[in-house]
Amino acid sequence: MNEFWEAKVKLQWAEPAKSYDVVIIGGGGHGLATAYYLATRHGITNVAVLEKGYIGGGNSGRNTTVIRSNYGIPEAVRFYERSVELYQGLEDETDRWIMHAAKGLFWLSHTEANRRAELARAAVNQAFGVKTEFVEPDEIARQVPGINMNPGGQFPITGATYHHGGATARHDRVNWALAEGAMRLGIDVIPGTEVTGMIFDGAKVVGVRTSRGDIAAGTVVSNAGGNVTQIADMAKVRLPIRTHPLQAFVTNHYETTFDPIVFSADLGFYISQTTRGEMLAGAHIDPQPSFSRRSQQVFMSEIAGRIVALFPFMSKLRVLRQWAGICDMSPDYSPIMGFTPTEGFLVNTGWGTWGFKAIPASGEGMAQLIATGTAPPLIAPFTLERFAGDRALADRGSAGTH
Amino acid sequence: MAMRITCPSCGPRSIEEWVYGEIPIVPDAITDPDERDVDRAFFHDNTEGDVTEAWFHLYGCRRWTTLTRHTG
Repeated sequence: MNEFWEAKVKLQWAEPAKSYDVVIIGGGGHGLATAYYLATRHGITNVAVLEKGYIGGGNSGRNTTVIRSNYGIPEAVRFYERSVELYQGLEDETDRWIMHAAKGLFWLSHTEANRRAELARAAVNQAFGVKTEFVEPDEIARQVPGINMNPGGQFPITGATYHHGGATARHDRVNWALAEGAMRLGIDVIPGTEVTGMIFDGAKVVGVRTSRGDIAAGTVVSNAGGNVTQIADMAKVRLPIRTHPLQAFVTNHYETTFDPIVFSADLGFYISQTTRGEMLAGAHIDPQPSFSRRSQQVFMSEIAGRIVALFPFMSKLRVLRQWAGICDMSPDYSPIMGFTPTEGFLVNTGWGTWGFKAIPASGEGMAQLIATGTAPPLIAPFTLERFAGDRALADRGSAGTH
Repeated sequence: MAMRITCPSCGPRSIEEWVYGEIPIVPDAITDPDERDVDRAFFHDNTEGDVTEAWFHLYGCRRWTTLTRHTG
């Protein structure tokens, strides 16, 4: 099955040309989605996607593949719900299997304060047409297999929201489907090409310098993850970003089906089961900034203890793989999409620990912004100017565990 | 191997005992006082390399120390 489907995907890497209408820096999900929607929705195909390493090798290949829209502020609920919809249609649209699996998601509360926060989340979600409902502890005990309802006495479960739209998809396949869809319409996807500087005409960016020569561009868009501050520096743009590693792991095969995705913000982790049967766990970001992708034993022992408290069956499993990605944390835990003070240079960043779920909606929105010069309403609030303008979109309580 | 920080009063201690603190540096090029406030509140150098920062020894002597750390 796998070999059959993967043989169908036709990826043909391009050589860089001298000039493009649009140059996208970063060949991960967000960069490829921007290219894909530029081609499919706006007919703009004189586009290059430049990737320093290999396609999907950054955070697009290091996330924990959760798709959801149970956010806490109207701007975010609308935006992520669009992404959930686009993901649901992505297999039909690209004719590629992205292993999209509707799972449902429990977001647990362990205190009275967080019980109120979850009641509020359900209300905000429902107001914007997102199916999220509050569930009482007895219902959680029935629906979540193997859960310990009173872990250690310290974190009793006081309730949860159940988000019907919670889903997962195979991240590599999402990258490949979008890359292939863009290539089919003539977009150049160019791995192994590092951007080393910007070409200016006065104060305007008119191209990029790369490890494989200069490339002229009508518009340059940074979709870089992790090193976006360094890319923006080249364009003389200062960002409100701090880069923190986030570590995750999968266990060996667990023979029992574990349907839902379960978040515990108080205990600082979330788990789901992959299609291979592994239990996948993610945790909070490291508290200090770092660009390191090393895994740490101290992280493992701490987070394993918390997970076992809530899910005692996990103590029988062993860690199979452990990895880290580096997250662009924004001050208000919301993304940053759109124009910058430097003409000709756009950013799509601030995806922190919540980027994978937003891939199609950010690609669609950024493509429309590039094609028309106007930000569509769904992404318009997420500007870089919002910090100076006192319009920050604080939504830390929805960013997951961080 | 967990990262260790050397405390002036307690010696080398595991990072779990410490709380990170950024020392915000507003670029000299920003001169307008309001813009400097915005920069101090939200914006970061986010350097990949040696960074001078403050750490608080919360589960120890409860004193601040400054140190240089490589973020790579």
